Amino acid sequence: MSPDTRRTALDAVHRALGATMTDFAGWDMPLRYGSERDEHNAVRSAAGLFDLSHMGEITLTGPGAAAALDYALVGNIGALAVGRARYTMICREDGGILDDLIVYRLGDEEFMVVANASNAQVVLDELTARAGGFDAAVRDDRDAYALLAVQGPNSPAIVKSLTDADLDGLKYYAGLPGTVAGVDALIARTGYTGEDGFELFVAPADAERLWQALTESGADAGLTPCGLSCRDTLRLEAGMPLYGNELTTGLTPYDAGLGRVVKFEKEGDFVGRMALATAAELAAVKAPRKLVGLVAEGRRVPRSGYHVVAGDAVVGEVTSGAPSPTLGKPIAMAYVDAAHAEPGATGVGVDIRGTHEPFEVVALPFYKRRK
Amino acid sequence: MSNPQQLRYSKEHEWLTAAEDGVSTVGITEFAANALGDVVYVQLPDVGDTVAAGATCGELESTKSVSDLYSPVNGEVTAVNQDVSDDPSLVNTAPFEGGWLFKVRVSEEPKDLLSADEYTDFAGN
Repeated sequence: MSPDTRRTALDAVHRALGATMTDFAGWDMPLRYGSERDEHNAVRSAAGLFDLSHMGEITLTGPGAAAALDYALVGNIGALAVGRARYTMICREDGGILDDLIVYRLGDEEFMVVANASNAQVVLDELTARAGGFDAAVRDDRDAYALLAVQGPNSPAIVKSLTDADLDGLKYYAGLPGTVAGVDALIARTGYTGEDGFELFVAPADAERLWQALTESGADAGLTPCGLSCRDTLRLEAGMPLYGNELTTGLTPYDAGLGRVVKFEKEGDFVGRMALATAAELAAVKAPRKLVGLVAEGRRVPRSGYHVVAGDAVVGEVTSGAPSPTLGKPIAMAYVDAAHAEPGATGVGVDIRGTHEPFEVVALPFYKRRK
Repeated sequence: MSNPQQLRYSKEHEWLTAAEDGVSTVGITEFAANALGDVVYVQLPDVGDTVAAGATCGELESTKSVSDLYSPVNGEVTAVNQDVSDDPSLVNTAPFEGGWLFKVRVSEEPKDLLSADEYTDFAGN
C-alpha cells in the first residue's frame, strides 16, 4: 500500500470484519468480506451494506450555482426540483466524457455533485474553472462526507426502522435531509446495483455509528456487508457503465449510447455543445459502434480489452466482463461494430486468450428488477 | 490459515502430495484460493497430457481475474477432479481436500519445491 493511500472512516470496521482490501483510485477499500458471489446474491435477494466513502462530493452554492452547472455539465440542472437528483456527465470541449456524475439539488442555490473517486480532482478543477464567470462558490467536500449505501429489496424496511424520514415519499433519484439512527444524513434513493436502495451521506465521525446501527437492525433482514467486487458485478448485470471501462475521454455520451443525458434544449451555452451536436447528428445517421451486452455460451469469462470477433475479423472490444451470479453465465459489455451489434446477431464471439468463444449479443441490461 | 505439513509447495502456489505408486495429487493453496476470490471456472489438463514443472496446464477463472494453472512437477496426468469442474467453488471451500485439481505420474521433480513452513514464509501468511 502506498503511503499516500487514503482510508475511509470505516477502515477499522472493515479490518474487524476481515475484509480483503484493495487499492481503488488511491483509496484502501474493501474488495470483499467473504464470498463476493454471496455478497452479490444478498443484494439481489435481501440487502447489502457498502462503504462508498471514496466517492467525491463537490458542493456548489450561490445564486448562480444552477447556471454554472448548466454551463459546466451536459444535463439540464436548472430544471431539477429541490430534493431531486440527476444522472449526468461532464464533458470536454471536444465532447469527450470527463466523468459521469450524480447531481443532487439540495436547495434553490445549493447542489451536491458526486464524482467518481478516480476523477474527483479533475471534476473539482473543471467545475472550479467553469464556474468562474458565475455567482457561485465551488467547495471541495470530499472530506466532509462518508457515504454508506444500503441496496437491495429489503433496504427500505431496514432504513425505515432507523428513521422518521418519509421514505415512502422518497422517489428513485431523490434525496432529503434527515436523521438515520440519530445521525444527520442526506438520504438519497440512488444506487449502482440495479436494486432499490439508499445512499446515506453522513459526517465521517458518524459513519461507524451508522454502520453498526444498520448492521444490527438489518441482521434479521439479511443485510450483508458488501465490497467493491460485487458492486462491479451488480452494476454490470444492471447494464450501468463504469468510468474507465465504458466511459472515457475518447468517447462522447453518444458513443456510449447515453446521448439522452445531453440536453440541448436548456438555456445558454455549455461546454462541449458544438462537438456534441455533431456527435448527435452522426449517431442518428450512422453509429460506428454500439455498446451491447454479450452472454457466453461457454464458461470462460471475457475481460476488459478482449477482442470481439466475427469470423476472422475483429468487430469490437470488451469493456467489462465477469461471471454473472444472477445469470449463472459469463457476461460482458462491449463496443461492437453496428453491423454485428443487433440483439441476436449470429457468429459473434470473443477472443479469450487465443480461442474464439461463442457469445450471444443481447440488449442491455442483463438484469432488471421486478417493481 | 495453515498449510498442511505433509504437502510440498511450489512458488506458483500449488501443493503436491507425496507420491503413491508414483502418482501425486495437485491443487492450489488456500492462500491462492483466497487471493483469487470465488473461483467460477477451472480448465484442467486432459488425462494423458504431459505436463512440465512451471509450465501452464490450465486456468482458473474468478470474478475478478483469470490465472494460469501451473504444474509443480514434470509428468503425465492420470486423473482430473470432475467434481471441481462441476463445482469450482470447491477450490475455495476445500482447497487442500475436495478442491484438488489433478493427479500426475511424476517423472521429475524440480529441486525448489518448498516445505509447508518454507511456503508459509514465502506466501507471508
